[in-house]
Amino acid sequence: MIKLFKNIKGIEWLFVSIAVGLVVFNSWLDMEIIKCTGTLVGLITGGTATTQGLWQVAGKMIGIALGAFGVNFVSNIVASYTSTHIAKRLRREIFVKVNSFSMEEINKFSTASLITRSTNDINQITQTLFMAMRMAVRAPSMAIFSLINVVNVNLTLSWVTAVALAIMFALIIVMYFVVVPKFTEIQQKTDRINLVTRENLTGLRVVRAYNAEQIELDKFDKANEDLTKTRLFVSRATSFLSPTMNLIMNGMYVAIFWLGAYLVGKNIVGYQDLTVFTQYSMHILMSFMIISILFIMLPRGVTSAKRIAEVLSTQNKIVDGTVEKTKRLGKIEFKNVSFAYPGSQESIIKNINLKINKGETVAFIGSTGSGKSTLINLIPRFYDVTEGEVIVDNVNVKDYKLSVLYEKLGFVPQKALLFKGTVKENILYGKRNATDEEITQALDIAQANFVYNLEGGLDYQIAQGGQNVSGGQRQRLSIARAIVGNPEFYIFDDSFSALDYKTDKALREKLKEVTHNSTTLIVAQRIGTIMDADKIVVLDKGEIVGLGTHKELLKNCKVYKEIALSQLSKEELE
Amino acid sequence: MAEQNKNSTSTPPRPRGHGPMGRGMAEKPKNFKKSFGMLMHMLKPYRWLILIACLAAAIGTVLYILGPNVTKKMGEEILNHYVIIDGKQVGINYRHIAEIGIWLILLYAASSLLNLCQSYIMASITAKLTKNLRNKISEKINKMPLKYFDGTSTGDILSRVTNDLDTLANSLNESVSSIISSTGLIIGAIILMFVNSWQLALITLASTPVSLIFTVIVVKISQKYFIRQQKYLGEINGEIEEVYSAHNVVRVFNSENEHLKTFDIINNNLSTANFKANYLGGIMHPIMTVTSNIMYALICVIGGIMSINNPIFLATVVTFFTYSRYFNDNITQIASVSTTIQTTVAAAERIFEILDEKEESDESKKPYFDQVFKGDVNFENVKFGYVKDKEIIHNFNQHVLPGQKVAIVGPTGAGKTTLVNLLMRFYEVNSGSIKIDGINIKDMTRAQLRSLFGMVLQDTWLFEGTIKENLTFGNVGASDEQIERACIAANVDHIIKSMPGSYDFVIKDESFSAGEKQLLTIARAMIENAPMLILDEATSSVDTRTEELIQKAMDELTAGRTSFIIAHRLSTIRNADLILVMKDGDIIEQGTHTELMKMHGFYSELYNSQFSKNAPIEEGN
Repeated sequence: MIKLFKNIKGIEWLFVSIAVGLVVFNSWLDMEIIKCTGTLVGLITGGTATTQGLWQVAGKMIGIALGAFGVNFVSNIVASYTSTHIAKRLRREIFVKVNSFSMEEINKFSTASLITRSTNDINQITQTLFMAMRMAVRAPSMAIFSLINVVNVNLTLSWVTAVALAIMFALIIVMYFVVVPKFTEIQQKTDRINLVTRENLTGLRVVRAYNAEQIELDKFDKANEDLTKTRLFVSRATSFLSPTMNLIMNGMYVAIFWLGAYLVGKNIVGYQDLTVFTQYSMHILMSFMIISILFIMLPRGVTSAKRIAEVLSTQNKIVDGTVEKTKRLGKIEFKNVSFAYPGSQESIIKNINLKINKGETVAFIGSTGSGKSTLINLIPRFYDVTEGEVIVDNVNVKDYKLSVLYEKLGFVPQKALLFKGTVKENILYGKRNATDEEITQALDIAQANFVYNLEGGLDYQIAQGGQNVSGGQRQRLSIARAIVGNPEFYIFDDSFSALDYKTDKALREKLKEVTHNSTTLIVAQRIGTIMDADKIVVLDKGEIVGLGTHKELLKNCKVYKEIALSQLSKEELE
Repeated sequence: MAEQNKNSTSTPPRPRGHGPMGRGMAEKPKNFKKSFGMLMHMLKPYRWLILIACLAAAIGTVLYILGPNVTKKMGEEILNHYVIIDGKQVGINYRHIAEIGIWLILLYAASSLLNLCQSYIMASITAKLTKNLRNKISEKINKMPLKYFDGTSTGDILSRVTNDLDTLANSLNESVSSIISSTGLIIGAIILMFVNSWQLALITLASTPVSLIFTVIVVKISQKYFIRQQKYLGEINGEIEEVYSAHNVVRVFNSENEHLKTFDIINNNLSTANFKANYLGGIMHPIMTVTSNIMYALICVIGGIMSINNPIFLATVVTFFTYSRYFNDNITQIASVSTTIQTTVAAAERIFEILDEKEESDESKKPYFDQVFKGDVNFENVKFGYVKDKEIIHNFNQHVLPGQKVAIVGPTGAGKTTLVNLLMRFYEVNSGSIKIDGINIKDMTRAQLRSLFGMVLQDTWLFEGTIKENLTFGNVGASDEQIERACIAANVDHIIKSMPGSYDFVIKDESFSAGEKQLLTIARAMIENAPMLILDEATSSVDTRTEELIQKAMDELTAGRTSFIIAHRLSTIRNADLILVMKDGDIIEQGTHTELMKMHGFYSELYNSQFSKNAPIEEGN
C-alpha cells in the first residue's frame, strides 16, 4: 500500500489532500441532509409543524444538496486531474528509464513485461488512485459519520445494525475464502484454453496433414470442461450474494421498526429517529460493502505499483563515460575479452584477442552458441565485458560518452526493426540531415530500390515495427539506414540471412565500393556471405579457433571446413 | 476478477473493468438485430429454464416491491403513538406490529429465495452456453479452410475464444438478471407510488426527465473524450512497444530523444483526454445525486404539509423515500444494462462471425479408396490463384513417378508453399486436376488424401504433451517398437532417452532446441509411414552438426517415397528428379539440375550467386 503512495510526489500531495478533504466534507453534507429529514418529521410528530417551517427545512436541504454538488464537482476535477497527472509523469519516467537500460536490464525484465508495465500497470495505478481518492475515502467517512449518528440516536437500536453488519461480514468472509481463490484458478484455466487454441492455430497445417483434428478437439474439450466447472461454481456461488444482501438489508429495516415500536411506545425515541436511523444504517452496510470490494480491487493497484517501482529502482549497469571526441582511426581491438551472461557461471566468450584495422572487412562465423553475435554486441556496449577491454580508436568503450560511441557505428541488427513513419524518416535515423541524394544512394547500395515501387516511394508509410514490408525488405532498409550515415564502423549482426543469395551478393558488391573508408564487421551463417572477407574469425564455444582468409582456413581450420562442407559441396568450394 | 463479485450485487455504484469509466466505451455491435436474434436462438434450448427463471424473478420482484408497502403499515401503527382522538392517545398495538413483522420477514425471505433461484439458473445457463460456444469455435477452427487463417491473425481468433466469450458470459448473466428485476421494480414502484399518493408520485416522476437530460448531455460530451482516450492509449502502446522492442536500434542510432519527443506529445494528449473523460464520467454521479436529493427534499416538504393534520400519513412519506429510491436506482440500472447488452451483443457478434464462416465442403459422401497407394502424382492443366483474378500457377502439367524427388526452389516470398497447399488441398485448384495413382484428389476425402502424405515443416510444430503423443500424432496406433525404430533412424532416439521419463517426457516450450525439434518431426513423419512426403528443408538456426544429422534423417525418410521438397539450399537438391523454380508466385522454370543450368536462366543465376565470382582469391588469378 505504501508503494502505491510512494508514486505521489511534491505538489501532487497537495492535490490529493484537497481531493480527500473535499470528499470527506461531501459525505458530511450527505449526512446533514438525512438529519434534516429527521427534523422535518419531528416537527410533524411534535405537532409544531407549519407550512412555512417545513419549507424552511426543505430550503436548507436543497441548499445543502447544491453545496454538496459543488463540492463533489470540484473534488471530481481535482481527483481526475491528480490521477491522470501522476499517470502521465509515471509513464514518462518509466519510458525514459527503460530507454536508458542496457540489454542486461531489458533481459532481466523481458521486453514483453516492460511493455505491460509501461502500459497496463500504469493504467491500473491511475484507476486505483482515482478510485482511492473517491470511493476509498468516501466509503469509510460515510461509515464513520453514520456510525456516530447511529449511536447518537439510540444505543439499543444500534445493536440491530451491529448484528446486520456482522451477518454481512460473515457472508463476505465466506465469499472471500470460497470464491476469491477460484479466480486465480479461472485465470489459469483460461490460460490453458488459450494455450490449447494457440497450439491448434499455429499448427493448423500439421494438424490437418496428420488428420489429427480430433486429438486437438479432445484436448480442447477437456480444458473447456475444466474451465466451465470452476466458472459454474463461482457464478453459482456469487448468485447468492445479491439476494442475501437484500435480505440482510430489509431484515435490518424491519427489525429497526419492530424494536423501534417499543422504544417509541416508551417515549425513548421518536418516530423521526427511526426514519433517520434506518437511513444511517443502510449507509453503514453499503459503505462496508464498498470497502470490502475495495479490498479486492486495491491489491491489483498495489501489485502494479510494485511492478513499476521495480523498474524505476533498477540500477543501470551501464553508465555513460566522458570521452567526447576521438579521431576516426577505424581501429577496434579486443584485449583478453571474456564475457559471461549475468547470472551464468560459464563464459560464453573466453579470452579473445583480436585487432581490426581501418578498411578491413572482418567476418565472424561459427555454429549457434559459439558467441559470434555476443562478441560484436560488446562493441556498442549492449553488454559490458566481464574481463578484458574492448578498445575503439584507442579508447576503451566504457570511457566513451555513449552517444559519441554510437555515432561511430553503423549497426545492422539481426532482427531488422523499422519504426512507424515514412521510409525516408526511417533512413534518416542513420543521419539526421541526410540529403535526398544520399538517401537514394544508400537505398541503391542496400538493394532497396523496391522502395520506388511502393505507393508514395520514399514517403511510403511504414507500419509499426515495419509489418507492412517483407522480412527481406525490412532487412535491406535497415542496412540502408546504417549506410546513409557513412559510419566509421559497419557492424552487420547476421543481417544478410533474410536475403536470397542473389540479393546478398549484389548488396555486398555494391557495399564494397563505399566501405573502403570504413571498417566492416560481419557476423554470418552462410559461407557464401563471407568468403571474400579480408579476415575470417572462426569461433567455437567462445574461443577463436581459426583466423585467416577463406582459402587459408579451408586448409588449416577443421571447424571452418566442416561448416563449409555442410553448406556447399566439395566442387563448389574449389 | 472482482467484477463478477460486483456484478451480482445490484446496489453499490461500480466502475467497470475496462477503464476508469467503462460506460462510454462499450463496443457497439455492427448488426444489432441479427446478432441479437442469433443470441436468442442460441438460448432457445434453455427456454423452459429461462421461463422458470423469469417467473421466479417476476414473483420475487412483486414480493419485493410490496415490502415497503407492508412496512408502511408498521409505521402507521407506530405513528398511532402520536394520534390523539378525543384527548386520548391511541397508542401502539404491539401484537399488530409483531404480526406485520413476521409477514414482512416471510415476504422478504420468499423474495430473496426466488431471486436466488433466478440468478442460480441463469448463472448455470450462461456457463453451459459459453461452454458450448467455446467448443463450437474450436470445432469450427478445425473445419474452416486455411484461407481464413492466412487472412486473420492468431491473436484475433484467440481473443474471440477467450475475451469475447468471457465478456459474453459475464454480461449475459448480468443483463438478463437485471433486466427482469429492474423493469419489474420500476413498474412496481410507479404503481405503488400512485397507489400511495399521486401528488408525491408526480414529483418523483417529474425529476426523472431532468436527471435523464443531464445524463444524456454529459454522455454525449464525454463520448468524444472516451474515444480519444482509447485512441491515444492505442497510440502510446504502439510507441512503447515499438521503442522497447527496437531498444538496441534506438540506442545505437542515438534516437532516444526523438522518440521521447514523440512520446511526450502522445502522453500529453492522452493525459488531457484521460482527464476530461475521467471527470466527465465522474460528474454523472453528482448530477444524479443532486437531482435525487432535491426531489427528496420536495417529497419531504409536500408530504410534510399533507401530514400536518394527519401524522399517520408520515408513514406513507417514508415509504415514498424507498419507492423513489427503487425507481431512480433502477432507471440508472437499466441505462447501464443497455450498454451491457450492447457489449453482450457485440461480443456475441464476434463469436457468431467465426461460427458463420464458410467451412470446407462436406465430404461424407465421398468414397474411401481401399488400395495401396504407390505415390504417382499427375498435375494436369493446373491453374491456381490465391486471389480470384490473380492467377499465379498457369496451366501446370507434370507427371511425378512413384519414388521421385521433386524440389521447389526460389527466393524468399516466391510462393514455394503454394504447391504444397494444393497437394494437401489446403487450397483448391481453380481448374485442372491433381491425380494420385489416377484418382483425382478432389474425389477423395481430405482425410484420406492427407493420410497419404507425411509432412515435415520448417516451422517445427510440437504441442504440449508427451514425446510419444507428439510422435504418434498421425498414427495413434503405432507400436512402441515402431516408434523406437523411427527415432533411431531419425537420430533422435538417444536425445529422447536422455530426457527424464524418456518417451513419456512432457514437452514444454523450451524443452528442445530447434534442431532437435526438427528431428522429432522427422521421426513423426516416419512413424506415419505415408507413401508420399512433403519436406520444408532445414532452418538456418541450426548448428552444423545437428544440420548434418537432420540431413541424414531426411535422406532416410525420403528413400522410396515420392517427395516434394521445399529447398533453401541448392546444394542438396542437385540430384532431384525435378526442380521447379518459382519466382513471385509463378513457376518460371522446370527441369533437372543439368537441364536448368544449361538454360542459363534464373536458376543458374541463383545457383551461381551462392559463390561470389569475384572473391579475392579468384580476383588474384
